[in-house]
Amino acid sequence: MNAPDYFQLLSALAPEVIVVLTALLVLAVDLLGLQNRPRSFRMSIVAGLTALGCATAIGWMLLKSTVGAWPGGMFVIDPLNQTVKAVILLLTLFTALLSTEAKFTRHVGEYFALILLATVGMMFLASTENLLMVFASLELVSLALYVLVAFNKQSRASAEGAMKYFLFGGMSAAFLLYGFSLLYGLTGTTHVPQMAQKLLALGADPLGTVALVMVVIGFGFKLAAVPFHLWAPDAYEGAPLPSAALIASGSKVASVFVFAKVMLLGFNQPGQGSNAVAAGGWTLLLSIIAASSMVLGNLAAIRQSSVRRLIAYSAIAHAGYLLIGFLAQGGEAFTSLLFYVTTYALTTIGAFGVLGVVEAQIGGDQLKDFAGFSRRAPLLAGCLMVFLLSLAGIPPLAGFFGKFYLFAAALNNEPRSLPFLWLVVLGIAMSCVSLYYYLQVLKQAFVVEADANARPLTVPFLSHVVVVLLAAAVILLGCMPGWLLDTLHQAVDKLGW
Amino acid sequence: MLAWTIYLSFFGALACLLTPRANPRATRAVALGTALAGLFCGLKGALEFNPTNGLEVVAFAHWIPVLGIDYSLAADGISVTLVLLTGLAAVVGVLFSWNVEHRANEFFALFFALIGGVYGVFLSLDLFLLFVFYEIAIVPKYFLIAIWGSTRRDYAAMKLALYSFIGSGMVLIGMLAAYAVSGLSSFDLQALAQYSFTVDFQRWAFPLVFVGFAILAGMWPFHTWAPTGHSAAPTAASMLLAGVVMKLGAYGCLRVAMTLFPEGLKLWQHELAALAVTGIVYGALVALVQKDFKFVIGYSSVSHMGFVLLGLVTLNEIGWSGAVLQMFSHGIIAGLLFGVVGRMVYDRAHTRELDKLEGMGLVRALPFAAVTFVIAGFASMGMPGFSGFVAELQVLIGAWQAFPKLAILAGVGIVIGVVYTLKTTAKVFFPDKEAAESHDYHAHELEPISIPERVGAALLILSTVLIGLHPRLLLDLIVPSFKSPLFEGLRKVAGL
Repeated sequence: MNAPDYFQLLSALAPEVIVVLTALLVLAVDLLGLQNRPRSFRMSIVAGLTALGCATAIGWMLLKSTVGAWPGGMFVIDPLNQTVKAVILLLTLFTALLSTEAKFTRHVGEYFALILLATVGMMFLASTENLLMVFASLELVSLALYVLVAFNKQSRASAEGAMKYFLFGGMSAAFLLYGFSLLYGLTGTTHVPQMAQKLLALGADPLGTVALVMVVIGFGFKLAAVPFHLWAPDAYEGAPLPSAALIASGSKVASVFVFAKVMLLGFNQPGQGSNAVAAGGWTLLLSIIAASSMVLGNLAAIRQSSVRRLIAYSAIAHAGYLLIGFLAQGGEAFTSLLFYVTTYALTTIGAFGVLGVVEAQIGGDQLKDFAGFSRRAPLLAGCLMVFLLSLAGIPPLAGFFGKFYLFAAALNNEPRSLPFLWLVVLGIAMSCVSLYYYLQVLKQAFVVEADANARPLTVPFLSHVVVVLLAAAVILLGCMPGWLLDTLHQAVDKLGW
Repeated sequence: MLAWTIYLSFFGALACLLTPRANPRATRAVALGTALAGLFCGLKGALEFNPTNGLEVVAFAHWIPVLGIDYSLAADGISVTLVLLTGLAAVVGVLFSWNVEHRANEFFALFFALIGGVYGVFLSLDLFLLFVFYEIAIVPKYFLIAIWGSTRRDYAAMKLALYSFIGSGMVLIGMLAAYAVSGLSSFDLQALAQYSFTVDFQRWAFPLVFVGFAILAGMWPFHTWAPTGHSAAPTAASMLLAGVVMKLGAYGCLRVAMTLFPEGLKLWQHELAALAVTGIVYGALVALVQKDFKFVIGYSSVSHMGFVLLGLVTLNEIGWSGAVLQMFSHGIIAGLLFGVVGRMVYDRAHTRELDKLEGMGLVRALPFAAVTFVIAGFASMGMPGFSGFVAELQVLIGAWQAFPKLAILAGVGIVIGVVYTLKTTAKVFFPDKEAAESHDYHAHELEPISIPERVGAALLILSTVLIGLHPRLLLDLIVPSFKSPLFEGLRKVAGL
């Protein structure tokens, strides 16, 4: 074996390096230069640097697009994961821009450094095909996120949410690691594609099934799928808003992508004749998890009076829809999943952006705090409508096409017997339920009149810009899904999945 | 030309939204302009349209190639008829909303978003596109009722939104399954209609899609959204709901469910006909005992839409063309009835209870409203000379050929229709002398009927009389449509 060419590796890792350097820069600038400045000034500078770092990394990837793979699938660069990484960076960028007004902490530099470190973890997660690296980067993401959730030291809810998140997270990480070690024991490799061949040769194996269940538990936690969802409502509710937005968006995109890689590339897929046996029944397992997530998430969301918890439960429901995508065939599964999760993440960040303004100006996230919102901030209310209707799956918004494509892809797998029709039916039925609670929020915003003494809200310029941009993206991706879809489709085609 | 109806409406919606909140007059001007422009485009498109050509392509572009989805608009005589109806309903709807001052810009923006979606459905040839437009129409309905509505508006708006969404969910399931099973990688309605799905598949897919659409057409027993929704909605919205939105459902049944799954229709023909006739009779009977003026009209809509559904499932040409004509005719007549009840009477008397209206001497206070309602009532009963007569007669002839017993029952429904219409007319406008005198009410306090209302009512009356006296104007458009390749499978199953 040749000695690895470190310089070449470093240049391939340039986007990640840029983000790490930004994290260090942010820390240093805040610590050395800004300690005596007012908090809002520090926030703006640091958030600006963070956004700049992300933008540079995206720019680098666009300008110097390379492909390559390092031994054992430790680090892989291909058009698909480049796209995913760009999406993750974009989401971090928006999160940073939306957090400039946050007032919950004095430790500005540390906060943004942690956001950036979590982002680096997500980027590594997206570009590896090796179980070891998957685990290591997953831990990097998780540890950063635990701290980010706990960051509001004045708030008990923040501590509670973080504690729950941490305990569940630690447990599921243990499961995941155990599953990975069983897989290694069975196949003697941690490289996912090689592992797949060995598993196929091995046929149905009880130990393989155990490993599979462990892996599903580990990732199920990340996705907040039922029954591993218990942390989500508390973490969403207690966490500082940007942290919650990051958990709901970037972290989700990265986890879905890597979960899909492990499941669809590592284990054998359904619907391919004799391989169906070797798939070891994971389709059934995922179907059940998907069904229970959709049902529980949507039904529980109806009862919520806090909009943050409502979004958390809707996130659980959306994890259910996402899992339906896993039942599609290879390439189509990746395209539909990534399209769905990307648009979902953009929509959720937008919703959190609106929520941030409401919390800062009105002082709560209860449904009644939204009363008369359309009068007090018409543009933001319009954007909120776009986001929530997109989550409900109303055309011509991105959420509708995402769902449509997921369902179509799942049905296209074995069109003769339509084995997943019941899941699609359930998904569509539950979408009807979800319309009910999204409309409850919109009813407050548009129908209910505000108090007589309610004044128009002063929306920070940056929030306005970001939220409007996101709403425009949600509308455009709904009307012209081809813009993202074709990129994903071509990238997947090139990989031959 | 026809495609512009869609674009103009959405553009008009945006323009209305951007007019200043404090200046409802500007908004109204923009709204009327938009509606007239839409009607003009529809009329011009109808004049340029050559019905013998079958489906005429209106616009085509590849949209989402990965899934084989095209932006494909096309028109046949059925679409043109319904586009004309929508244009009329939009113009009259604006005229009857002349008194909306509260958040007028948002009102008309939602109004035209709804209209744009409706135009879109009537002109789509791609199933995906049709579905997109179909769902675009749901959300504006919710807000129109929830913000500007009256009695139990929260409940009615949510009920309507959820019923519509559930219906479209059923359609979506059928549509995805058809897409996957056919393996054509296309949502083109013609391509799907020419693919022969297995009978086993059609056995469950057809009722799913048909009922999914028929929920919006007010099919019994899924009609309950209609009376509550119509009554709670502001006048223009109830005119649109009864006038065009219910037609969306019926149109979907014909355009999608029946052409894609003709064998399924044959299998379920009798059950669906029974439901349709139940709707006719039940709607009429319930209308007979209502105490709220608007509920009478709401249930009469359910009853009359039953004729549309009955005509569709007859599996013969006269039934189909009668059904399409009935869509047009009911759209006009229901619009007129809701206009009188909601705008002319309720906005002035501030009550819709028949018992209270009885004592108000409305015939003297609002003679124009009384005359209009009498004319609309005659049209609704199916008097010769009005469009309703031609349409319901055709449906009955068609039904007689297919299911004679049910046709007799439907005839009974018409008789009950005469009873409740006369009873209501008499009670509201021509009460007994005693009843009128027993109430102490100053009739002269009611403001007179305004000019926009008169113009709107006149337009609708003219249309229904015109079609009643000269039905060939529309029938020449409608009948040749069934010859196009889209309906080939359906004709084969019907033995035509």
